[in-house]
Amino acid sequence: MKQSVFLGTLAATTLLAGAALAQGTSTLDTVKARGELNCGVNTGLVGFAAPDANGNWQGFDVAICKAVAAAVLGDASKVVYIPTTSSDRFEQLTSGKIDLLARNTTWTFSRDTDLRMDFVGVNYYDGQGFMVRKDLGVSSAKELNGATICIQTGTTTELNLADYFKANNMTYTAVPIETNAEGEQQYLAGACDAYTTDASGLAATRAAFADPENHIILPEIVSKEPLGPSVRHGDNAWADIVGWTLNALVAAEEYGITSTNIDELATSSQNPEVQRLLGTSGELGKMIGLEPNWAMNAIKAGGNYGEIFAATIGESTPIGLARGLNAQWTQGGLLYAPPFR
Amino acid sequence: MAVVTDEPKAGFRLGMLIYDTRYRSITIQIVVLILVMAGVAWLVDNLLRNLAVLGRGIDFSFLGNRSGYDINQTLVEYTNDSTHARATLVGLLNTLLVAFLGCIAATVVGVLAGVLRLSKNWVIARLMTVYVEVFRNIPLLLWILIIFAVFTEALPAPNAFRGENPAASMVLFDTVAFTNRYTAIPWLIFDNSMGWLTLGSVYLNIDLVLIVAALVGGFFANRAILRRAKRIQEATGERPTTWWQSILALFGPISAVFLFLGTHVDAPALQGFNFTGGLQVSNSLVALWLALTLYTAAFIAEIVRAGINAVSKGQSEAAFALGLRPGRTMSLVILPQALRVIIPPLISQYLNLTKNSSLAIAVGYMDLRGTLGGITLNQTGRGLEAMMLLMLIYLVISLIISGTMNIYNNSVRLKER
Repeated sequence: MKQSVFLGTLAATTLLAGAALAQGTSTLDTVKARGELNCGVNTGLVGFAAPDANGNWQGFDVAICKAVAAAVLGDASKVVYIPTTSSDRFEQLTSGKIDLLARNTTWTFSRDTDLRMDFVGVNYYDGQGFMVRKDLGVSSAKELNGATICIQTGTTTELNLADYFKANNMTYTAVPIETNAEGEQQYLAGACDAYTTDASGLAATRAAFADPENHIILPEIVSKEPLGPSVRHGDNAWADIVGWTLNALVAAEEYGITSTNIDELATSSQNPEVQRLLGTSGELGKMIGLEPNWAMNAIKAGGNYGEIFAATIGESTPIGLARGLNAQWTQGGLLYAPPFR
Repeated sequence: MAVVTDEPKAGFRLGMLIYDTRYRSITIQIVVLILVMAGVAWLVDNLLRNLAVLGRGIDFSFLGNRSGYDINQTLVEYTNDSTHARATLVGLLNTLLVAFLGCIAATVVGVLAGVLRLSKNWVIARLMTVYVEVFRNIPLLLWILIIFAVFTEALPAPNAFRGENPAASMVLFDTVAFTNRYTAIPWLIFDNSMGWLTLGSVYLNIDLVLIVAALVGGFFANRAILRRAKRIQEATGERPTTWWQSILALFGPISAVFLFLGTHVDAPALQGFNFTGGLQVSNSLVALWLALTLYTAAFIAEIVRAGINAVSKGQSEAAFALGLRPGRTMSLVILPQALRVIIPPLISQYLNLTKNSSLAIAVGYMDLRGTLGGITLNQTGRGLEAMMLLMLIYLVISLIISGTMNIYNNSVRLKER
């Protein structure tokens, strides 16, 4: 950007907003200077990211935003939630409008490479499923030949659906929709026989129905959908911060650090790994340009991974998802935080 | 006596570019042009450089890759194994389909509403005023959404047609079913279909070509017959009977084509989740078409009204004095003259309708914006390339429409001899 500031601004905003920003100052400095984290979330998916009755954003993905804000700024409330649709989320991120995309987004090869994003980890291991009305009399996705299926455009589910029906020699009619709310409306009106998206999303959608007992989620999971937070490609320091914040939440559960006992453990714990994580020994915070108690703040924001899961989408919530693959590796799940040392 | 002397031939000096009024305006224009082009070049260069820094140069090769997604309305053969370019073509045809249907319907509705708005019947004139004001003052997107929502919520789902005592039944002798997904109507099936003719990258449906050729041929044959009848009438005062010739010319060729193709009618029937057989006209197409038609027709009605009002009152008074009935006066005297005023703004309305059809994504109609600018863009992440291509295609469509309409405009223009 050697050209004049005015024309530079003009070009950046009209042609490729924020491209200059992406390569200029680091995201960490930008966020610190701004004092707020711009976090891209779903436009509204109960359990993952949706405003509650008081207009406060709540959910599993929102908790990641809060943890990162707490780790970087020391205050979990310093987050600006920017709702993104499935079709504009990547542009929002690459254009610099959001610092972090925490919006049930599947980690795929082409998104990680060609779309110039960096996925920093997986916060939910998911797979694509189908939801149908009980009175349709369907018990398997293999019986959906000839069905009309509602699907969000611009998602990996679209391609999985085409692949699955092709592999099973079946036909279908797609009803493309833009948002989850629109899909819900179409599905409930009977404009489609089945609604397909990530199984977690289906459970969340079903929980918001007036009659959740009349809908079933078919047993077939037709794809791997590792959902995770992502950042812009090229700013490795920022990617480290977001990735290790997520790891800190997972590690906290593994070591039994919860939002209630964290202050006590910070002073009394003799476990060196816990001490390093909570910043009472070692210099982990300094290595990623944050305060020594960064992980402590992150965990305090909403609890450890297990606490967040239980509070937002766990079995005691209306969403009612089991831990399944998302249990700790010691419990037979896939969650495995690298060592903090 | 004045001495006339030739002015000394002064050589061209650089200063004349600014101080000589003969050159000044050209100089200014050239300078501005250079500045504008430099500005554009700078912007484009900046963009390309930024993209290069991001590692994402302009690259259209994604068009040749497998698309991997399905489209719910395809006018030409398409599967998820086809390329993104093919998906773009499917979207383009869907756009053209709804634009074509919309332009025709909007013209009919608009002319009717415009004429009726001038009616002396108070109720009809006021009703048309209400129609025009309501439709043109509410955003088009809302009309599309509300019409689609009405279809979705008010009509029965296909499985309501099932069972001993179905909640819904088919109409018109059990041949047409209105559902909340589509309208299933009977359609023609060709047993001896001729298939597709492939000429490089162009695909032609031979059946369709034959049918169109038969219809057009019949139409021109009929015109020749009528012209001959007119000639005989003018020469002899006696008009030969032509009705059977006309019927033969109009329906003969098309019947022969249908017979040759082994045509039979296929009625829709409920099978599995949906109706199969016949033709399924999706509600998204109907909703989009209806909304585009009614919205644009409201504007066309105003244009028509303005055009009619622009024709001097003396014209209709003269026509009445000749004993022409009001209907004939309108169609023979007023409208032909009004057309001169109507056509130019009408072109803009056609262009608007075509461009507005890109709102189709709101109801899941897979037009150009839905395929190239929607799924292809999202799946390949080639936003800039897809958008540039999209803009180029819409530009070309619009230029073709306006070019065609300008030709028509020239034919109705006041000819000064």
